[in-house]
Amino acid sequence: MATKGGSQAPPLAVEAGPARVRTTRLGGWERFRRYGISRGQLAWLLFLPSVIVLIGVLGYPAGRTVWLSLHTYRLDMPFLGQPFKGLYNYTFEFQQPDFWNSLGVSAYFTAGSVVSELLLGLVVALVVNESFRGRGLMRAAMLVPWAIPAVVSARMFGWMYSPGVGAFNGLLNGLHIVNGPIDLLSSDTWAMPAVILADVWRNTPFIALLLLAGLQVIPSELYEAARVDGANAWQRFTRVTLPLLRGTVVIALLFRTITAFQTFDLPYTLTAGGPGTDTELLSLHAYRTLFSYVNFGRGSALAVILAVICFAMASVYARQLRVEAP
Amino acid sequence: MATLAGQRTSRFAPSGRPRIKRGKVAQKTLLWALNLLFLFFFLFPFYWQTITSLKPSSQIYVTPIIWFPSHLDFSHFQNVFTGRDFARNILNSVIVATATTFASLVFGTFSAYALAKLPLPAKRTILVLVIVMVTFPGIALVAALFIFLRDAHLTDTYWAMILPYTAFSLPFAIWVLTNFFRDIPADLSEQAEVDGCTPVQSLTRVILPLSAPAIVTAGLLIFIGAWNEFLFAYTFVSQPSMQTVPVAIYYFGGIHEIPWGEISAAAEITSLPIIALVLIFQRRIVQGLTAGSLKG
Repeated sequence: MATKGGSQAPPLAVEAGPARVRTTRLGGWERFRRYGISRGQLAWLLFLPSVIVLIGVLGYPAGRTVWLSLHTYRLDMPFLGQPFKGLYNYTFEFQQPDFWNSLGVSAYFTAGSVVSELLLGLVVALVVNESFRGRGLMRAAMLVPWAIPAVVSARMFGWMYSPGVGAFNGLLNGLHIVNGPIDLLSSDTWAMPAVILADVWRNTPFIALLLLAGLQVIPSELYEAARVDGANAWQRFTRVTLPLLRGTVVIALLFRTITAFQTFDLPYTLTAGGPGTDTELLSLHAYRTLFSYVNFGRGSALAVILAVICFAMASVYARQLRVEAP
Repeated sequence: MATLAGQRTSRFAPSGRPRIKRGKVAQKTLLWALNLLFLFFFLFPFYWQTITSLKPSSQIYVTPIIWFPSHLDFSHFQNVFTGRDFARNILNSVIVATATTFASLVFGTFSAYALAKLPLPAKRTILVLVIVMVTFPGIALVAALFIFLRDAHLTDTYWAMILPYTAFSLPFAIWVLTNFFRDIPADLSEQAEVDGCTPVQSLTRVILPLSAPAIVTAGLLIFIGAWNEFLFAYTFVSQPSMQTVPVAIYYFGGIHEIPWGEISAAAEITSLPIIALVLIFQRRIVQGLTAGSLKG
């Protein structure tokens, strides 16, 4: 027995360790008074306010939107109640020409503005990256369009586009590109390019700044090496700059595509979707269904479709950022 | 040697020099031309807004357009404030943007410190979620938030704006600050704790003073974002005296014709403080913008 007990002694001793500690362990309040809270507990405590805000003001409404999209909910017809309709709102929208029109308009707007902003932003970044006097002025000027509220820039572009007395008319007439007043925002063909131009003005600086940050980390030794090897400016651009800028371009492209797809303020203020529904983006169509037709069920279905598309792009974007655990 | 002199690589050949110089001059000229073109493109709408706000009404609606007004007239700036709540709108914007910035920074700093320096499970998953939330569309939540605020009797109050603004800027604050805190050497905060600081003291005495620049940057961007926000302010607030500046400018109109002089003056009043802020903190803003969407 003794030997048996002896053979069991080591595990017992191991168990005795925690047991002994447990006996001297202080009660919760006493421990807190002496040592404060543990680092793990502090982490949770510090994280809690954000979790409450994010779940309360983002998570819960997101769930509520999905719930609304599965029900009939019309503010103008409260007698209908809020019966469960399953996916009816979605299948209904998929049969509406207005929905497909707005999806196409959103695609047009997103592609048009993001591609123009990327190309223009690249040229701006390359120019600003060259050292010359007045570079500081240029950088400061770039921040002006970004700083002005979207609503304000939309109203300013509305005024510039106004036929006859607007600046845009004045410039085009002065350069003899057109003769006489033109009304871009009432034209089926030109309303969208006009909206895109306003968006390009507003967002190109942002892309240019991102690309500039990417350009500045390319080591100048690489350019010198390429120059020694006899590469001309174009070759240096395509063989050194572009490959090394690729990561930044992809991230800028994704980020702007997501934000362009959900643009609301600028087209809503500038054209309100008109003429007709020529510039009615999916975001505007969802908003109109929600707050003009006060059809919260169908409007929420549209909002969910928009959010899912953004969410899909955002997950690609998050992967591109290669997030590491801190 | 004569053939070498014509080649671009022969730097030392005397006849090669003018050629390189000519290339440099062409390059310089091109750079300047592009620079001027971009300056014009980025600044022209702002210039147009400025001259419209300063022209007498009689010079606004004329063709040919007066590009350089002969005398300046400040009456539009006075008219903006008469018969409207515009002064009140400015106050609303200041209150809402300040409260949003403060709340986002406090909660954001707490969470970022927990994420960067304290033990938490699934940190990477949390950060990916934060990134996804940074790009979440406001339009997707506007209906549910409207019902929630209406049922809570919070529409037409500052809360109707401060709550959603805080929720939408918090992920950005967490992302930027976590990246910044992470780069503060662990030795510094750990040394402080070895020296007898609690983790809370290590946050307030070591981390916060060191990260003041990042906090200022995040705060500026959040303030500007809240100052410029339109969708929620437009949807959740209908009382003119509670509206923020962008909503007020959206509604600016006249009975017979659109008062572009006054709209431009209001636009100037709204954008000038922000432009001043941006120019003063240019460096920080650029850092924050790139850190917000690229890696910190």
